Amino acid sequence: MTKYVIIGASAGGIGAVEAIREVDLVGEVTVISNEQVPQYSRPMISEYVSREANLDTMKYRSDGFWKNNKVKILTGKTATKIDFANKYVELDGEEKISYDKLLIATGGKPFVPPIEGGEKEGVFTFTELSNAEVIDAKVGTSSSAVVIGGGLIGVSASEALVKRGIKVTLVELKDNILNLILDKTASLIAEKVLKEAGVTVITGKSVQRILGRKDNEKSVGGVILTDGKEISCDFVVVAIGVIPRTELVKDTLVKVNRGIIVDRFMKTNLLDVYACGDVAEAHDFLIDGNRLLPLWPLAHLGGRVAGYNMAGKQVEYEGGTVMSSLKYFELPIIAVGIVNPENISEYEVLSEFIPEKTVYKKILLKNSKIAGFIFLGNLEKVGIHFRLLKNRVNVTEIKELLLSEDFGIVSLPEQLRQEMFVVN
Amino acid sequence: MKRISIEQEACIGCGLCQVYCTVEHSKSKDLVKAYLKENPKPVSRARVETNKPISISIRCQHCKDTPCVIACLTGAMTKETETGHVVHDPEKCIGCWTCIMVCPYGAVKPDSSGKIIAKCDLCPDREIPACVENCPNEALVLEKVEQ
Repeated sequence: MTKYVIIGASAGGIGAVEAIREVDLVGEVTVISNEQVPQYSRPMISEYVSREANLDTMKYRSDGFWKNNKVKILTGKTATKIDFANKYVELDGEEKISYDKLLIATGGKPFVPPIEGGEKEGVFTFTELSNAEVIDAKVGTSSSAVVIGGGLIGVSASEALVKRGIKVTLVELKDNILNLILDKTASLIAEKVLKEAGVTVITGKSVQRILGRKDNEKSVGGVILTDGKEISCDFVVVAIGVIPRTELVKDTLVKVNRGIIVDRFMKTNLLDVYACGDVAEAHDFLIDGNRLLPLWPLAHLGGRVAGYNMAGKQVEYEGGTVMSSLKYFELPIIAVGIVNPENISEYEVLSEFIPEKTVYKKILLKNSKIAGFIFLGNLEKVGIHFRLLKNRVNVTEIKELLLSEDFGIVSLPEQLRQEMFVVN
Repeated sequence: MKRISIEQEACIGCGLCQVYCTVEHSKSKDLVKAYLKENPKPVSRARVETNKPISISIRCQHCKDTPCVIACLTGAMTKETETGHVVHDPEKCIGCWTCIMVCPYGAVKPDSSGKIIAKCDLCPDREIPACVENCPNEALVLEKVEQ
């Protein structure tokens, strides 16, 4: 009987459990989570803070998930060491759990740069339910907040807080918010929507110092920006990004670049040791190489692939790429792949921008293949473009149609169209 | 499992599948009321695409590999083990549009509220889905296939 141990009970760990149980109904599966709530949809913590979701509705799987899958779930336990030679995981420096197959799905942790005053009460991050619970409580006694970082997490946090009536100032170091995902045009549209919803957006600056309150120096009272401007606030959310939680494999034989390097089967360089999700550097089908892609859907997919392979069913990871779908303040945007290339002259750009209808479409082609796109507004058929990008299809024949309202499956070359309707 | 197969040669692009899908997913189940009176407006889960001489009626294929289920951020999209149907739970959907991004058929779309998605549910209240029953040229055929 195989002993499976999975460290992490989020998108990746759950994907692995589901895949293992499709193949192996008898093996012993243990999942270790350092969080108290054993499973929830992490992207929904902004819905939790905005009170559009609660602990019940944000469950990622049904209540009986662990039991139904015959999983021993250990919550509130931290894996403190892995002994790869003797094949066991140590919990909180005490208990040892031996494994035959191990999955490291420890995820990412918020990156918090050293900021003067960063130790004050009222400086939060925004990646775990426990953070959201603390922020939720703080909102009740607060009227204003500064969010540091204009990426996905920072904008999510801003939206949630504004919906709770908090006056939010979002501070982004670069010239545009969401600059890793969107191009300038789309970013400015998103920024306008945020501003209309009441968020004060400050770009090209960062927070230099967090100030205390006049009556309590240990509690957040404001910030000073790099240009010297002072903004008063009751709390600060640091949302600069996440970095892989690789402590467990530090100074071990496991090969790590920025994240744990895995092959197309989600295997690390050590036998019987797998990794997936935000902690791993896995395949990107667009760059045809490994990279960090801390995205929920890819963590889950990678976890599934890891699970199948751990249980002995060989399945190859198709990979992912930068892929985001956004709905901030009801502005729908999907952006995939390369949208801001350094060397734009190597790309052919197709675009359409109708500001009065809030419609923006942009497709970048390289060597006659779709390398990236942004659709803002009507998203219905974007998945067809996504498939063309993912499968690296030569689109020369249909290039003129790609931006058209009438573009669809019917526009695809015959063979590509026919293979979609074969019963799979 | 039940599956709606699409005979591309037989599709005449009339759009009746969209009309009857809309009516089936309306509150009133009455064509005129569904189109004129209801708010929120019911939406068709089927989409007819035409590029003469070809036309195809497209809807959720309830795929074996389910990119939408795997990508779903909240667990709202699931594949039922017993029926093989890909089922959407509106209570759990937050309208993040991740399923729209990854559906190769473009068969998922926002419903008229713009807050959650809508897709083919194979008409759970009917023996034969509305689009199949009302297709005038048997371009849509209800099949039973192995999962």
